[in-house]
Amino acid sequence: MMFLEAKRVVKKYANHLALNEVDLQVPANSIYGLLGPNGAGKTTLIRIINQITGPDSGEIIFNGRTLQSNDVQRIGYLPEERGLYKKMKVGEQAIYLARMKGLSRQDAIKKLKYWFEKFEIQPWWDKKVEELSKGMQQKIQFVVTVLHEPELLIFDEPFSGFDPINANLLKQEILQLKENGATILFSTHNMGSVEELCDHITLINQSKTILNGQIDQIRQSYKDNLIKLDFLGDANAISAKLQGNFAIENLEKVNGHQTAYVKMLNNSTINSLINQVINDIEIVGLQEVLPTMNDIFIKVVEQSNLSKTQK
Amino acid sequence: MSKISLIIQREYITRVKKKSFIVMTIIGPILFAAMMVLPGWFASMEDTESKNIAVVDQTGKYNQRIKDTEYLKFSWLNQQDAETIAQDYQDKGYTAYLVIEDDLLQKPDAAKIYSESQITIDVKEHIARNLEKHLENEKLNSYQIDGLDAIVKDIYSVDIKLKTIKLSEDGSEKESSTELVMIAAIIFAMMIYMFVLIYGMQVMRGIMEEKVSRIVEVIVSSVKPFQLMMGKIIGIALVALTQFFLWVVLTVSIVGTLLAIFSNDATTIDTSKQIEMIGNANSQQIDNAQVNEFAEGFTNIVDKLLSLDLIGSLVLFVFYFLGGYLLYASLFAAIGAALDNEADSQQFVMPVMMPLILSIYVAMAAFRNPTGDIAVWFSMIPFTSPVVMMARIPFQPPIWQIIVSMLLLIGTFILTTWFAGRIYRTGILMYGKKVSYKELWKWFKYSGR
Repeated sequence: MMFLEAKRVVKKYANHLALNEVDLQVPANSIYGLLGPNGAGKTTLIRIINQITGPDSGEIIFNGRTLQSNDVQRIGYLPEERGLYKKMKVGEQAIYLARMKGLSRQDAIKKLKYWFEKFEIQPWWDKKVEELSKGMQQKIQFVVTVLHEPELLIFDEPFSGFDPINANLLKQEILQLKENGATILFSTHNMGSVEELCDHITLINQSKTILNGQIDQIRQSYKDNLIKLDFLGDANAISAKLQGNFAIENLEKVNGHQTAYVKMLNNSTINSLINQVINDIEIVGLQEVLPTMNDIFIKVVEQSNLSKTQK
Repeated sequence: MSKISLIIQREYITRVKKKSFIVMTIIGPILFAAMMVLPGWFASMEDTESKNIAVVDQTGKYNQRIKDTEYLKFSWLNQQDAETIAQDYQDKGYTAYLVIEDDLLQKPDAAKIYSESQITIDVKEHIARNLEKHLENEKLNSYQIDGLDAIVKDIYSVDIKLKTIKLSEDGSEKESSTELVMIAAIIFAMMIYMFVLIYGMQVMRGIMEEKVSRIVEVIVSSVKPFQLMMGKIIGIALVALTQFFLWVVLTVSIVGTLLAIFSNDATTIDTSKQIEMIGNANSQQIDNAQVNEFAEGFTNIVDKLLSLDLIGSLVLFVFYFLGGYLLYASLFAAIGAALDNEADSQQFVMPVMMPLILSIYVAMAAFRNPTGDIAVWFSMIPFTSPVVMMARIPFQPPIWQIIVSMLLLIGTFILTTWFAGRIYRTGILMYGKKVSYKELWKWFKYSGR
């Protein structure tokens, strides 16, 4: 079941088209990556889902029906450009922001206590925001985003500004939120975290969706039949054997053994590869190389830009 | 609790708790009270210092013609002392020395007073008055007419004090004081100008702060941008009204307390004289002003104030403040939303402030001629009407003019608020863009949702 859907969403600004019939299907209780180069239209789409701005045409379906204005209370949004009132005290400010999301004062305080204890940040309660470091402020922003237990969480570049320890803490929290039943829409340029966290992705470039689907399937579909072969023995011996149906793309020496990246041509299989070389070398390891999301991102975006300029 | 009231609450509480607000709220009434009471107090202080003044009369015609007072003593020097007086007047205990070089009837500027410290206007006037009186008498005597002295006195005793009586619609008469009305008009106009400017700018700064600190995107994911803008504008309006209300209450109680203290005191006379002086600022009668019993004078002032219809004026003040504030604050809000930093704001703030500044100049004209064309027209135009109409209110302009001006003002601030809302919605999420008027127009036209 889809928790959030965007249907042919179009958004024009005075000078340019920000979203051109973009579709999005976010399954319930998944972590969904919204990817794309700078200026592709991700933030605009996120703002439309948050009802900060409205689409020119198309619609957003939230939990099976058209998005309504009081749905904002069921959404938690951590924007990329985020901040707090500098002169306001941390606790007071967190209560204010929680009440803006519909919590009562008592509930807000109760829940804040829980989170402040969990993150061990109780001493900050009466400090002014301007006294905190940027990383500390980010933590508070995260707490405020999740405090009202929204069913849909939208994180725009959540890891920017966090040190590795806190970034890891955040990652665990995001996974925990998913476990507790939330649906998470996640926008980032950090492809490592996409591979780690996301179940599905949509890639937007120049206002259009150019790729979407399950992350495993995408990686499968973009693999270029490359095998990583670790072995001991004479590299020259196998390079002769492998001519025809295979091509060695790269050869390197690693920790006492050699690694060859072998491309399989003409629908050859891993079995046939093993058969060809098994008598000449000692195989240490063998693994199919799937492209990283980083590679796919670059490849797909470049192709899309190219086809656009050709038109 | 609805979200807009949450926003109003936050804006109100954070501002009212600020040190600057508290300081201003306390200092304001003290200043106002000081302006009303201190001049009288100072006047009563100054006289008590004794001064000796040496007089060198080179003509020999004016000996002993300047009378001593309780605190001013004049010593007429002989020829011998006169020669060294320039060097040793301070050693001999004189504050100053006066030299009369020539016949004052022929050369009216032949009297000169020398001193190290500036002598007060009171001393100067005392000397001049005494010499004048002496010369007047001398001239009178030169006509050698019997009883001329008495005739002149009789002529001078004619003194008309024109009382201005305002007729109410029910035909009852109230005595009013033109000077007091003028002062009330000036205060009203200045207060509106000040409040609209100060609190309008606060709206702009507040919005800029939210934009620069980037909290705005978090908040507009909970509320509509228009709600956020209106919450801020209304919250700050309440802060302004609080300050105004506290100023009125505190000023009245400080002045009331001080007057009560003075009325039990010997200085009473000076204070009431001072108030009388303010009241008769234009008349030359200060010296002859009747020194009333203090209580009487005070009641008099209160009566005159009441004849201005204070309550009605305050209600109108609040209305015109809110109207003017909403109009200008919405424009300032649009500017705040459009810009990322205050340095760029000047080119947009100036055009908005122009009509406000202009209205102060027009108000000055309105004090003199409250029913003139300029005053009437500018009290209708919504951008200037808050200040100019308030300047006219104490003079009781026709009711229909007030109503038309109010309706125009309401209509205009609805329009500017709508206009500002559209700019605001786009502007607050726009960063790093050099904003021009053309760009603003595009934002405005762009309808979106």
